[in-house]
Amino acid sequence: MLSSGAVTTHAATRTARLDNGLNLLIQEVHTAPLVSVWCWYRVGSGDEHPGRTGVSHWVEHMNFKGTRNIPRDDMKGIVERFGGSWNGYTWIDQTTYLETAGTDALDTLLFIEAERMASGLYEPAECESERTVIISELQGGENDPDQLLDTEVTATAFRQHPYRHPTIGWLDDLRTMTRDDLYGYYRSHYVPDNATLVVVGNVDADDVLRRAERHFGRIPSGPAPERRRPAEPAQIGERRVNLEREGTTAYLKFAWHAPAARDPDFFPMLVLDAALTGAKGTNLWSSFRGTPPQRRSRLYVALVERGLASMVSGALIATADPFLYSLSLTAMRDVSLATLEGAALEAIDAVRRDGLTPDEVSRAKRQLKARLVFEVDSVTSLAHQLGYFETTVGSGFFETLRPCVEAVTPEQVADVARRRLGRDTQTVGWFQPVTR
Amino acid sequence: MRAGVSTAGLTPVRQTLDNGVVAIVQETAFSPAVTISVAVRAGSVYEPPSHPGLAAFLGRVIDRGTSRRSAETIAEALDDRGVVLRASTNRHVQTISCTCLAEDFGEMLALIAEIVREPAFPQDEVDKRRAETITSIRQDLDNPGVRAAEALQALLYGADHPYGQPAKGSVESVERFTRGDLLALHGKTFAPSCVSVVVVGDVRTTGALDDVASAFGAWNATATADATVPPISVEQRRREIRIEMPEKPQSDVAYGFVTISRLDPAYYAYWVMNNILGQFGLGGRLAENIRERQGMAYYAFSGFDPSLGPGPLVIRAGVDPRNVDRAIAAIDAEVAALGSAGPTEREMAETRQYLIGSIPRLLETNPGIAAFLQLSEFFGLGLDYDRRLPALIDSVSIEQVRAAAAAVLHPERAALAVAGPVAHA
Repeated sequence: MLSSGAVTTHAATRTARLDNGLNLLIQEVHTAPLVSVWCWYRVGSGDEHPGRTGVSHWVEHMNFKGTRNIPRDDMKGIVERFGGSWNGYTWIDQTTYLETAGTDALDTLLFIEAERMASGLYEPAECESERTVIISELQGGENDPDQLLDTEVTATAFRQHPYRHPTIGWLDDLRTMTRDDLYGYYRSHYVPDNATLVVVGNVDADDVLRRAERHFGRIPSGPAPERRRPAEPAQIGERRVNLEREGTTAYLKFAWHAPAARDPDFFPMLVLDAALTGAKGTNLWSSFRGTPPQRRSRLYVALVERGLASMVSGALIATADPFLYSLSLTAMRDVSLATLEGAALEAIDAVRRDGLTPDEVSRAKRQLKARLVFEVDSVTSLAHQLGYFETTVGSGFFETLRPCVEAVTPEQVADVARRRLGRDTQTVGWFQPVTR
Repeated sequence: MRAGVSTAGLTPVRQTLDNGVVAIVQETAFSPAVTISVAVRAGSVYEPPSHPGLAAFLGRVIDRGTSRRSAETIAEALDDRGVVLRASTNRHVQTISCTCLAEDFGEMLALIAEIVREPAFPQDEVDKRRAETITSIRQDLDNPGVRAAEALQALLYGADHPYGQPAKGSVESVERFTRGDLLALHGKTFAPSCVSVVVVGDVRTTGALDDVASAFGAWNATATADATVPPISVEQRRREIRIEMPEKPQSDVAYGFVTISRLDPAYYAYWVMNNILGQFGLGGRLAENIRERQGMAYYAFSGFDPSLGPGPLVIRAGVDPRNVDRAIAAIDAEVAALGSAGPTEREMAETRQYLIGSIPRLLETNPGIAAFLQLSEFFGLGLDYDRRLPALIDSVSIEQVRAAAAAVLHPERAALAVAGPVAHA
């Protein structure tokens, strides 16, 4: 057991489904006078079509504007009145909206989420003004060479699957999409059958159920949109992308096709990543900020300790379809990308050839289990985890994280390294700084 | 039932060891984890003026070897438990912190104490971390946001003033640092009387206080560093600098003023004023104008962090290079409007309600509570600061905020830095 036994055991998660199809997850946690409300939609940039990339994220932005019963100007300050914070994010499989505030805000928060689901206005002038805000968000991201390279590597690694385009969308699509494109997308995806409402905090589960019924019950059921994504054809040869732009620092990225969360390879791969670059955990909202515990990890020792890179990080995220396992490296001054790439591949080849030591595997597993505790440190982060896995992977997955990590064997890790990190399935990206 | 964080607020226990180390423990009950935070009054104002960046660099090397353990042994101790040590350096304080499982608390506390007390700064580690730091500074040189923010600091405080320099130092200064410099700075600044240890999480208060006492109690050292902050001459005219970064898609604007110390009684009025100007909702009046009405920027906000000396109020926006002048005009207009007319009654009411209501959220996580308690300790705000805070915020009057805004918000006295491509309309 991790727990010393003295810590409050949180109640089990209460699940329910309203008649209109809205999925509910409620958990009572009475350690702070707070409640966190998240409304999740099973729609993300992986559901978009060419010419309309970025629509999911733009719709998310529009859903912070006015609704039928919350005029635009009343939206401002409605959560702050309760000392609350609010936010939202969109990624490849999901879009979500959240508020964390004092417990007395619960009814207002449910009202806001119900309005957001069914009554968005999408005023044409607001859509236009948001267009330039989003283009500014895109260009701000492109100021960062590492992010620019990430977009290019992802687009190169996929040929067919819509995971290939950036969640924010391609610039030309952002310039040409119309208000009707946005509104149509909103109406077809924002239906109770496609959503999960998560409430965690100092609440009474029965009371939350009653209130949710009152706020959401009258929203008509609509057919959950069918998710139709083309399969990605198997990659049969290495792909490369080389950016040369003004800058001071060189960056290197590798990407391999990763197992989806439900794939038996997922947990061995998660342990492999922890052994290569340090365990991050599984919380997309918080675990990927900052440095992981990695000083004894294979690639840190091989690349950072040897003075070839100043930073190495790996990313494996639980997704609905196979996404990417990526490695990102920042080259030290005077170290060529070719040298860095060679050293990184040499270290990876050693793992593919000889596997990891039992010590490395058990350290990686211990790290992951600790991270599973650290990444759920508040009602907000617990609510994220419940909703994230429910929406992207499906019911019951979140509860299995710890035992699934525990069950991984060194043989499984060696096996996924051999099968999944091959040269002919890799995409390599270089960012080379040039002085003009 | 244990004394977790209840609706009544925090219940920290504070003890001063015989050697002067302050220990503060707060039990929480959310998960079997503990946050340890050790703050040392050894920030960048203590470094020799000839060595800008030395204090921050010390933070990068301090956990890479002690008199008893090699860097590798420390790395193993951390990695085996999934623990990351974070060192952060600001003008006045160096903080070393981590979150660990409750079962690892004793060992992690002992390790951090050893790191703080007896770092060895092995030569090979100094060299490796130096090269990393230089890479990181060079990355900053390619980042319009960092370039604009650093240029603004230099405009506000003067490039030679400790408040006007980047905490990391420069490539040139970092290249010169020696192991001897680190040992000397550590010897002069790290001493029990300058240290506060905060423990927050799944621990028992008495046991945790005993653990802090046994980890830090036998430590004897005296701090001798001089940290007199040179006087700041606040300029009364507008200053502007443009940094050309031709290939960047977006320009970053940093705009600001020198304000007051956290210890100034007017601090709360300034806090409320900043919230109205550039925090409330998406970013106060600034975001309402620049983002919501004009659709010009993804972010536009102002920041006002507590500072021992007169701290800066910094406005930031990221905009299309063609919109830089429009954005600056919008900032000028909002600054002038709040400066001359003050806030509205409605803004005052909303902001008070928001700031008071957000206190429990500030204290939602163990690291959040630890940071709050360290800040309260540093500024001498008392163990009951979280309970007194609502009344302190509530008592801020519209006149006080108007006076704060009138004192500082004058576009003609603003400093302004822009980094990005030069616009060709």
